[in-house]
Amino acid sequence: MFKIVERERVNPVVNKFVIEAPIIAKKREPGQFVIFRLHEKGERIPITIADADPDAGTITVYVQELGKTTFQMGTMQAGDEIADVVGPLGNPTSIEKLSGEMFVIAGGVGAAEVLPIARKHKKIGNKVVAILGFRSKDIVILEDEFRSFADEVYITTDDGSYGREGFVTTELKEHLDKGRNIAEILAVGPAIMMKVVSDLTRHYKIKTMVSLNSIMIDATGMCGVCRVEVGGETRYACVHGPEFDGHKVNFDLLLKRLASFKEEEKISLERYQAAVGGEDG
Amino acid sequence: MADAKIPRQAIPKQTPKDRVKNFNEVALGYTPELAQLEAQRCIQCKKPFCIEGCPVEIDIPAFIKLIKEGDFEGALAKIRETNLLPGVCGRVCPQEEQCEKVCIMARRFEPVAIGRLERFVADWEIQQNKMDLPEIAPPTGHKVAVVGSGPGGLTVAADLAKLGHKVTLFEALHKPGGVLVYGIPEFRLPKAIVARECHILEEIGVDIRTDFVVGRTASVDELFEMEYEAVYLGLGAGLPWFMNIPGENLVGVYSANEYLTRINLMKAYKFPEYDTPIRVGDRVIVVGGGNVAMDSVRSSLRLGAKEAHIIYRRSRKEMPARNEEIENAEAEGVVFNFLVNPVRYIGNEQGRVKQVELLKMELGEPDASGRRRPVPIEGSEYIMDIDTVVVAIGNGANPLVPSSTPGLDTNKWGYIVADTETGKTTKKGVWAGGDIVTGAATVILAMGAGRKAANSIHEYLTTGEW
Ligand SMILES: Cc1cc2nc3c(=O)[nH]c(=O)nc-3n(C[C@H](O)[C@H](O)[C@H](O)COP(=O)(O)OP(=O)(O)OC[C@H]3O[C@@H](n4cnc5c(N)ncnc54)[C@H](O)[C@@H]3O)c2cc1C
Ligand SMILES: Cc1cc2nc3c(=O)[nH]c(=O)nc-3n(C[C@H](O)[C@H](O)[C@H](O)COP(=O)(O)OP(=O)(O)OC[C@H]3O[C@@H](n4cnc5c(N)ncnc54)[C@H](O)[C@@H]3O)c2cc1C
Ligand code: SF4
Ligand code: SF4
Ligand code: FES
Repeated sequence: MFKIVERERVNPVVNKFVIEAPIIAKKREPGQFVIFRLHEKGERIPITIADADPDAGTITVYVQELGKTTFQMGTMQAGDEIADVVGPLGNPTSIEKLSGEMFVIAGGVGAAEVLPIARKHKKIGNKVVAILGFRSKDIVILEDEFRSFADEVYITTDDGSYGREGFVTTELKEHLDKGRNIAEILAVGPAIMMKVVSDLTRHYKIKTMVSLNSIMIDATGMCGVCRVEVGGETRYACVHGPEFDGHKVNFDLLLKRLASFKEEEKISLERYQAAVGGEDG
Repeated sequence: MADAKIPRQAIPKQTPKDRVKNFNEVALGYTPELAQLEAQRCIQCKKPFCIEGCPVEIDIPAFIKLIKEGDFEGALAKIRETNLLPGVCGRVCPQEEQCEKVCIMARRFEPVAIGRLERFVADWEIQQNKMDLPEIAPPTGHKVAVVGSGPGGLTVAADLAKLGHKVTLFEALHKPGGVLVYGIPEFRLPKAIVARECHILEEIGVDIRTDFVVGRTASVDELFEMEYEAVYLGLGAGLPWFMNIPGENLVGVYSANEYLTRINLMKAYKFPEYDTPIRVGDRVIVVGGGNVAMDSVRSSLRLGAKEAHIIYRRSRKEMPARNEEIENAEAEGVVFNFLVNPVRYIGNEQGRVKQVELLKMELGEPDASGRRRPVPIEGSEYIMDIDTVVVAIGNGANPLVPSSTPGLDTNKWGYIVADTETGKTTKKGVWAGGDIVTGAATVILAMGAGRKAANSIHEYLTTGEW
């Protein structure tokens, strides 16, 4: 059992959790994730480690409410216990001193996922530019955290209610066209957003890494559900990834595989909402 | 004493019609009367071949004699001298290839039903609500890490705990048992039996640490830093193989590992009570001819498939699955398609598999395995409409531990190199056994390897000699 020591709703759809997991807190590196199983009947879901405190023995995650499991997690409070937390999983991001600028691009809760990576880039002396995209002003998260260390921070909202109106690619394109010295781009967020970023940067021939969020079960390389196509080859996101060269990823396949259980997910969520009275929690 | 006129006693089963509607165990087990009748068939050979046929050399005539005499408790104790998991082995051992194959009775009649008798006494103990714990030697102060809780790891943990060593069993998944919990379905091996065996381990002082992925949560070298003096790797086979044909990544194409893990470990057959979904549809094909393929295809029927097909590229004779399970599958209505192989899968706009193109084969010359090699018949392709594919053609080695453990050698297939007699690897203080060394094999062979390694580890701990 893993105890939740802190829980905070950071926007209408995302909750932050600080969870006791001492071994993982010591071992984890930026880019790695954990698997949660909330209770005996629960499914196993992957969530990125946004931060960790090795001394306190805790990890921090940001979880967006999308379906049954993430909504149910949203109802858990400090003091509650999670049945299983496994990790750290996946390969750590390779973070090196670059000859140019590091651009981190995030969509929605992806901001939490790139946070530790961006921090480490800054720590080893890279110039870090962050472009964070959200649907609207009310769901902007972690802006202050990014501003506290990043060299430049740009916010975009789809509806223009905050920052620049448009998608992350609207902002990114401008920087690309200015001919900035961009050494590497890392994009993390919904698959469709990582796809459009990769499509854009392909023409500029700039290295673009993406963190693939395929469906997972064991996350130890045993089941193969997380398989993705990269450069025409089948790779397992959990053990070979989760980061891959965005220019080589078959996003169309990823998008289709993410929708594998759409109908079942709907059944599960509706049944859950009926049981808890239809309200969020 | 023995009576040749008694026929081999059949094991009562759920009828095929009933059992395809549930996940309960198919075989119901012997009653005490049936067991004692069957036990009478053993002629108590002076030179019992059956013992040689059992990889862990159970004193088979001795335990059968005790059953005949009605001393079921004594019979179980006899088996436990060499086999920790009688309830498991009695159910899933390929007896027809091992102990029963060489039973003297098989020469003129049918072999004594050794496996069924073995499971009978194990089940009898559960029914009596008994749990006899083995004797434990006084603590030695030595600490051992066992990685992987399949039958191999369970055996090592039990053997070393009995000798007084402090054992921690590390398991990546949330439940211990390895393939016994995530692979083999409830209808062939009830999970309560595995849970009970794991509970016995805890009772004798083994610390079971689930949710711990060695190679990620801690490396093997870090286990040594945590003051474990010896490490046993019982990782099992890993990465599932695919055929690398077009369309294999379409939605609705599962590896057998994924399919069976969803069903067994995650209980997707109870969705939506349990959160993990599975989608089966009306027509399922399972590619392969081993136990894994049989388990997948029979699970499909239980999940409501109208048609469940085996697609196998050789003929029935070459199928590696246990005969009993093939017969069970036939009785349940599984359709067997022999001498065909898939060449590609065809999907719809949503990327969901809709059809398979199959190619007919004929048998040519025997290959290295001694089985006749399937040869494609040119121009024999045909299309079949399907909703789900399960690929059950085997697993490769999982690289997580080897790639994070300097000094641990693997062979060209990625399996860990280990001495067959001791289980010693190329890295000092590290032993390995089971599927991660041999490639996919059997429960009892993994247990046999574990037993040998446990002896070797004990020697190392007490003498300090590698
Ligand atoms: C390596 C990795 C790291 C991740 N890190 C985070 C994180 O830090 N924070 C976070 O909020 N989420 C993260 N995710 C996504 C998260 O795992 C899913 O949102 C979650 O499993 C959904 O579960 P559910 O039962 O609530 O919803 P479901 O009912 O399973 O799904 C609801 C909706 O979400 C979509 N969906 C399903 N699975 C995924 C998925 N894996 N990724 C994206 N969409 C999905 C479905 O298509 C469906 O429309 C990560 C995923 C991966 C693979
Ligand atoms: C569907 C199916 C049906 C089968 N039917 C039969 C049958 O009828 N009869 C028979 O004799 N055999 C059968 N087998 C084969 C048999 O189950 C295996 O040979 C046997 O289980 C191998 O045992 P093992 O101890 O080597 O490992 P496994 O049982 O494979 O267990 C390995 C364990 O190690 C864990 N692990 C792996 N890596 C790590 C890590 N890095 N850190 C921590 N833990 C880790 C895994 O999660 C797993 O729990 C079947 C196999 C399958 C898949
Ligand atoms: S363990 Fe397996 S091989 Fe040995 S006697 Fe029992 S069923 Fe036969
Ligand atoms: S070989 Fe057969 S008959 Fe002989 S002792 Fe063994 S089980 Fe009994
Ligand atoms: S999640 Fe099972 S292999 Fe990656």
